[in-house]
Amino acid sequence: MVDALHIIRDDGSADPRLDPGLSEEDAVRLYRGMSLQRILDNRMLALQRQGRIGFYGPSLGQEAAIVGAAMAMEPEDWIVPQYREPGAALVRGMPLKELLCQLIGNAEDPVHGRQMPCHYVYRKGNYLSISSPVGTQIPHAVGIAWAMRLRGEPHAVLVFFGDGATSTADFHAAMNFAGVFRTPTVFLCNNNQWAISVPVAKQTASATLAQKAPAYGFDGVRVDGMDALAVFRATGDAARRAREGHGPTMIEAVTYRLGPHSSSDDPSRYRDESEVALWRARDPIARYRRYLEHAGWWDDGREARLEQEIGDEITRAIQEAERAPPPAVETLFTDVYADMPDHLRDQRDAFLAPRGR
Amino acid sequence: MPAMTMVQAINNALREEMRRDDRVIVLGEDVGRNGGVFRCTEGLLDEFPDRVFDTPLAEGGIIGTAIGMALYGLRPVPEIQFMDFIYPAFDQIVSEAAKMRYRSGGQFTVPMTIRTPFGGGIRGGHYHSQSSEAYFCHTPGLKVVVPSTPKEAKGLLTASIRDPDPVMFLEPKKLYRSSREEVPEGEVLVPLGEAAVRRPGKDVSLIAYGYMAQVCLEAATKAAAKGVEAEVIDLRTLVPLDEPAVLASVKKTGRAVVVYEAPRTAGFGAEISAILAEKAIEYLRGPIVRVTGFDTPFPYALEDVYLPNSDRVLAAIDKVMAF
Ligand SMILES: Cc1ncc(C[n+]2csc(CCOP(=O)(O)OP(=O)(O)O)c2C)c(N)n1
Ligand SMILES: [Mg+2]
Repeated sequence: MVDALHIIRDDGSADPRLDPGLSEEDAVRLYRGMSLQRILDNRMLALQRQGRIGFYGPSLGQEAAIVGAAMAMEPEDWIVPQYREPGAALVRGMPLKELLCQLIGNAEDPVHGRQMPCHYVYRKGNYLSISSPVGTQIPHAVGIAWAMRLRGEPHAVLVFFGDGATSTADFHAAMNFAGVFRTPTVFLCNNNQWAISVPVAKQTASATLAQKAPAYGFDGVRVDGMDALAVFRATGDAARRAREGHGPTMIEAVTYRLGPHSSSDDPSRYRDESEVALWRARDPIARYRRYLEHAGWWDDGREARLEQEIGDEITRAIQEAERAPPPAVETLFTDVYADMPDHLRDQRDAFLAPRGR
Repeated sequence: MPAMTMVQAINNALREEMRRDDRVIVLGEDVGRNGGVFRCTEGLLDEFPDRVFDTPLAEGGIIGTAIGMALYGLRPVPEIQFMDFIYPAFDQIVSEAAKMRYRSGGQFTVPMTIRTPFGGGIRGGHYHSQSSEAYFCHTPGLKVVVPSTPKEAKGLLTASIRDPDPVMFLEPKKLYRSSREEVPEGEVLVPLGEAAVRRPGKDVSLIAYGYMAQVCLEAATKAAAKGVEAEVIDLRTLVPLDEPAVLASVKKTGRAVVVYEAPRTAGFGAEISAILAEKAIEYLRGPIVRVTGFDTPFPYALEDVYLPNSDRVLAAIDKVMAF
């Protein structure tokens, strides 16, 4: 189905010519990251249905393409997300409770419930703040990478975006600037085949998305996005080249959005279940598990313990987050500017003043 | 006569105009097979397979090509999925669509209606809630229309599609499904540029549009319980504004409360206030009071704090009445 770089073979062995040679510890960490994102997604979708969070956008099917890429970056590298990459924030150390507080939008959410669910930010992990408008983050990633070069610092930026985002003007501007200024940017396009109800074939007449990169003067590679080792390898290689001054790379991770676009979406209106089933059979987590088992690093016992452990962590995070009160009304008015201007102070004071009639 | 939600009325208007005029084209993200994320274009692709298009994700492309279609004699009705995502098309709208007639001395024109849901009330946070009508009202060459009932949504959309100039048709998504109204099949026209008196009153004029018109009606009901008769003016078209209707009401009541959910500074209601100050000051018995969103980005968790409600409008009524 996919004509792209892949490493994990059907029997679970890794293609020896391409195997990135992960240690057992790192290999298991990658598996844990993918499992965490998967279990989290399912729990959050349930929480949304119960009305305990207002909205959720799952990454089901894209675990390898998100966690595999994030794990390939160094801590000083920056990650610039679209909105479907909580797994990358968790790789960067964002505490689960903080993520839950964001989803609920409560007083312990670091941004005071200002943003819709799934619009995370984690400065400590060099994980940029998310906005909804598609594609806007791609030029930011180029600017950050450009600044790294200007400051002579040997880091790189990983930017996530979707197949839909490749149609935006910002994608074009970002790719063009990256090519012209040879910025250390790794463009990771999660081609999950859909932009809400619009299939990638209606998004572009290009045979692939990766082939757009050479037109901007740098390499584009297509990887099997259901293969965590392939994503890890391609991202790691691209990041290394970027840090060494060889400029940007675009990676098209060919993957699939197994779930709805978001909790507000009903994919049965526009796509066939048979297509979903075809891709479900290529589940990235099951595939990677075969690799771990083939290497002798995994078994049913470890799987059961991991599931239990992650499930408990999420339960604890939910319980703790749900104890927090709603955000204080004052936080509506802060952070608009560094210093609150008089007109805003007046609005705040008038609102908070006791309602004398 | 079927009772329709605003979504159904918009769908009905689009369908009837597409049947009546084969130059009408619908394009946008998810408007085809999915029928639009709010379902306003549901079923149109089935009936008009050659005139409804799911486009790539590029608002500048949607509006830029729609302008091209209009230049060539079609009547495109592009949809921008949320008004919060209109900015990639801002240049096309304000530099191109708005100025085409003027800069070509009328040789080229852009009869295009941009439909887009706007406003708060659906827990959408910064990027699914904003009311940015002021940017467009500030651009000569654009008309700006905001319906507040299902039937009028049909009538105003029909009039917009038939209008010879570019129209921004802003759909208050809070009202999409909040109520039903009898909407006649067949032609319904509400002319652009005419405000409506939603409720007559003699003591104070409440001037609003979209969802806020409904909030004002609630406030007027509460005020009536206290013996204050508030008149509610629903502007319906912001540009061109029905100035006579606004002035007539305020000259009668002598008091004005202007309500809009956008941030306060330089909002469209500031224009209303200025007009009243210029042309009706001798009739005013108290200050013109605005009830608006705050000068902050639109919040998620504190949405109900941000959005003006009938109590805030009532407090403003009390203030002008007590002056
Ligand atoms: C500029 C802009 N236009 C429209 C939208 C509405 N919208 C949200 S997500 C989406 C599809 C994005 O598709 P893709 O980039 O492939 O990412 P995916 O959701 O598949 O991860 C659309 C149209 C938006 N958020 N921003
Ligand atoms: Mg996609």
